[in-house]
Amino acid sequence: MRTYPFTERGWRVRIVVDRDLCQGHGVCESESPAVFSVSKAGVLTLLQERPTESERRAVEAAVKYCPTHALTIVEDS
Amino acid sequence: MTAVNAAAPLLPRVSGEGEAAGTGHLEELRVDPIGLMERTRAECGDVGTFRLADRDVVLLTGPEANEIFFRAPEEDLDQAEAYPFMTPIFGEGVVFDASPEERRKALHNQALRDKFMRGHAATIAAEVERMLAQAPKGGDIDLLDWFAELTIYTSSACLIGQHFREQLDGRFASLYHDLEQGTDALAYVDPYADIPSFRTRDAARVGLVQLVEAIMVTRAAAPPPERDDRDLLDVLMSIKAEDGSDHFSADIITGMFISMMFAGHHTTSGTAAWTLIELLQRPDYLAEVVAELDALTADDPEISYQALREMPKLEAAIKEALRLHPPLIILLRVAKSPVDVGGYQIPVGTMVAASPSVSNRDPQAFVDPEAFDPARYLDGREDDVGNPWSWIPFGAGRHRCVGAAFAMMQLKAIFSVLLQRYEFDLTQPHDTYRNDHSKMVVQLAQPCVARMSPR
Repeated sequence: MRTYPFTERGWRVRIVVDRDLCQGHGVCESESPAVFSVSKAGVLTLLQERPTESERRAVEAAVKYCPTHALTIVEDS
Repeated sequence: MTAVNAAAPLLPRVSGEGEAAGTGHLEELRVDPIGLMERTRAECGDVGTFRLADRDVVLLTGPEANEIFFRAPEEDLDQAEAYPFMTPIFGEGVVFDASPEERRKALHNQALRDKFMRGHAATIAAEVERMLAQAPKGGDIDLLDWFAELTIYTSSACLIGQHFREQLDGRFASLYHDLEQGTDALAYVDPYADIPSFRTRDAARVGLVQLVEAIMVTRAAAPPPERDDRDLLDVLMSIKAEDGSDHFSADIITGMFISMMFAGHHTTSGTAAWTLIELLQRPDYLAEVVAELDALTADDPEISYQALREMPKLEAAIKEALRLHPPLIILLRVAKSPVDVGGYQIPVGTMVAASPSVSNRDPQAFVDPEAFDPARYLDGREDDVGNPWSWIPFGAGRHRCVGAAFAMMQLKAIFSVLLQRYEFDLTQPHDTYRNDHSKMVVQLAQPCVARMSPR
C-alpha cells in the first residue's frame, strides 16, 4: 500500500544535476549526505531525486555553495 | 561540423602582422598582449585571427563564442598541446592538462575536496601568522615577493603536506618565481631558445630538484613515519619499482610538485596583491570589509569555515580584482577536428583562444566595465552568475578551474588575518601598480611596495 505521510509533504521539487559542470567537489555531500553521495572518483549520485521537507535547508545550502553551480532545484508540479 | 564548406567566409585577420622573421604578432604579444586581443575584437568581432610564429590563433570573444569555446569537448578543442612553454617547467613526462574525468580524480587526489577545506582554512591562517611573525611591527613589503612566498607555503602545506612545507624556506619560493618567469611566448617558436629567461628557468628547475632531493635523502635516512603522518612525498618515496628500486626519481617528483602547485600559485598570489591594491584605493569600501570581518570574529577570534563562506563584501572585492586583473589573460586550445564557429571554419591544427582580460570587461555584460565596483555582486546583483560566459577569470564550463573554490577560500582566509591585524598603505603613485605582461605567466611589475603597520 502506498502511504502519504502528512509530515513529509509540502516541498515538491526535483534536483537537477548539470553533468557538464559537476567536478565532484563534494560540497553537496557535506551539506546533505542523505541526498548526495560523491564517489572516490568524484562521481555524484543522487540518493533522493525528490528530497523531503526535512532536507530542505541542507539541499538549499548544497545548491547555494556548489562551486560550479551544477545543481538546480526545479519545481515539481 | 566536419564537412568542409567551400562557401564559408575567410577568417577575419587583425592588422599589424609583423614582417620580422615571419613571427606574425609574436612581438606584440610579448609587449602588449591585451592591446593585441582588444584590437582583434574591435577589428574582427567575435571571431578574429592573429598570428603567433608559424600558427594562426583564432581568438573567440563575446558570450556566444565563449560558450562554444568552453563547451567544446576535447575531440574538438584540446588543451594538451596548447601550452608548449610549460613542458620545460614541469619536465618531460609530466602532463599539463587532464581531461574532465581525470580532473575529477585529481580533485580527490589533490586534497581539493570539500571535506578537506576546513583543515586547509586553518592551515592557511597559520601560514599568514608565520609570515607576519617575521616582522611583527610591519614595515615595507614588496607585494609580489610577499604573497608569492606566502602562497608557496600555503599550497605546499595544503596540497603536498605539512611535513614537506616545514622543510621549505624562501629559497624554494625564489626558485619557483624564476620558473614562472621562464614563460616567454617565444616558447611558441622554440621552448629551449638560448635566451636569459629560459636559461634562468632551467637553472631554477635544477635548483628545485636539488632541494627536493636533499629532503628525500634526509627522509630516507630517518625512521619511516607512522602511516597516518605520511605526506605525499612519503607516499611517493614508498612506491618501489619491480626490482626494488625507487619508482619515482627526484626529478619526476619535483616535476609533479611543480605542476600541482603551478595553477594555484601565481594566480592566487597575484589576486591577493590586486585585491589589496584595489581596496587601498577605496578606503570607504575597505572600512566596510574590515567591519564585516570584525563582526564575524566578535564572538570567536577563530574564523570558522562557515564564516569564510559568508563574507559578501570581501568576496565581492576579490571577484572584482579577478575580473579586472585576471591572472590568466589568454586561454588556449588546439582544434583537433574542423570546427565551425558562427559560420567561420577553423581548420585542424589551428590554435583557438579565449581571453578573460577582454571578456571580463565586455561592456555588453558589465555596466561601466573599467570601474572597480564590488556592488556588482551584492544585494541580489550577481554579475558573475548572470554572465557565465563573460565573467571568466576561472574559465567556464567543463574546464573551469577545479581550484576555484579553494582559491576563494584561501584568499578570504588570508585577508581575514591580514586586515584584522594590520593596516596597509600604498607607498607608490597608484598608477605605478601594474602587471608585467612580458611573460605568459602574468605577475605584478616590481617595484610594488606597500607599507604595513599593526592596527
